[in-house]
Amino acid sequence: MEGDVLIIGGGPAGMETASRISDFKRNVILVEKERELGGHILKWDRLFPDGILASDITKDLKASLGNTKVILGSYLASIEKRDDYHFVAQLSSGEIIRCSSVVLATGFKLFPAQKKQEYGYGLYDRVITNEDLETRFKKSEGLGKEAPKRVGFVHCVGSRDEKICNKQCSKLCCITAVKQAIELKQLYPDAEIFCFYMDLRMYGRGYEDLYLEAQSKYGIRFIRGRVSEISQDQSGLVIVKAEDTLASRPLKITLDWVILMAGIISERENDYLTQQLSLQLGEDGFINSLDPIIKTDQTNIPGVFVTGSATGPKTLPEVLSEARSTALTVNEYLNKIKNG
Amino acid sequence: MVDFGFKLSSSNRIDLDSCDSDLFLKLKAESGTIKQCIACGSCASSCSAANFTGVNFRKTILLIERGKNEEAKELIKGCMLCGKCTLVCPRGINTREIILSINQYYKKERF
Repeated sequence: MEGDVLIIGGGPAGMETASRISDFKRNVILVEKERELGGHILKWDRLFPDGILASDITKDLKASLGNTKVILGSYLASIEKRDDYHFVAQLSSGEIIRCSSVVLATGFKLFPAQKKQEYGYGLYDRVITNEDLETRFKKSEGLGKEAPKRVGFVHCVGSRDEKICNKQCSKLCCITAVKQAIELKQLYPDAEIFCFYMDLRMYGRGYEDLYLEAQSKYGIRFIRGRVSEISQDQSGLVIVKAEDTLASRPLKITLDWVILMAGIISERENDYLTQQLSLQLGEDGFINSLDPIIKTDQTNIPGVFVTGSATGPKTLPEVLSEARSTALTVNEYLNKIKNG
Repeated sequence: MVDFGFKLSSSNRIDLDSCDSDLFLKLKAESGTIKQCIACGSCASSCSAANFTGVNFRKTILLIERGKNEEAKELIKGCMLCGKCTLVCPRGINTREIILSINQYYKKERF
């Protein structure tokens, strides 16, 4: 198969880039390893800050793909740069793709919460992750028929933590926790909800308002301190220990459920691709852009572009805007190589 | 009893499973603004009494939320109700109303 552009990754970044490049009458091939386009938001129910349905976004993105050739259920087995304007890739299915440029829209991975053993994910039934909770929301299950009395959210699980080699802030979890806490409170108005945080990073428009609403309208309580350990009592409830750093004292609470806010880490499964293309990775495992301000979607290899959260944690609107700008950059590049 | 020279220390831990949330619930019902604290410390830093006494409004409402009412009470003892903390609070917490409610609670319930 031949094309002008090969896009790796069919999440929001890859889909939006594909649809915008096809607008320029380019031949685009989009490869997605899963059997469905959409990426992480397929597992998400509603999106912050306004609670828009994730499925609506995916539907819109799919509808605007234009003439893009979509290959599902395949990943790249290898990729090679033959000369300046010519890449050859082989898919897991054996198919060979020749193209003039490559866009990595490989995204991120959620931190596997079981690695943080002291939180007991995978051991205790009532310790779940942000992704698990979204799946439950999607299936309209919530936390079950029996209304929980007390629920806790643990921020920064797998973020800002050198012990598990992820120093970076995942950026989205603070606001996601506030959103999910409000959703739980709407579902179970009598439940007491606690958020254990280190810092609350409410940087986006409308985020701070949501935080204030969580406090004043929904009575969600925020306790500053990183949870040190979670254990289970005989009845299956979970006991959380942390320092209340504002009171400078250790704190203990028994909860019905604990939601771990698993952070965003780099998609290391693609390390072989970045190695084959000789791309530069940062210490955090994310792909380095040529520069962090102007050439955010270009890499150290001409003809290889990167977009979305493959270069670090990003919100969905940031990803979509970046995808549109990447489409422009790629189109410019293709014009340039055509005209010599 | 023989004195062996040992003593038991009481727990310093905040236990949210068995705390006295009576006062907190009362304040929440009277003035919802108590829930809005972001622990910035503006109230404590602008306090005219804080330089000479142990007054600390931020800590007072934090401790009440954690059920440590007796300790909280001690932290507003020197308050002169000047109202500077109400002026500076970035979240619009009605600090004077809360302080008066705490005093009233202790007059009615405990003394």
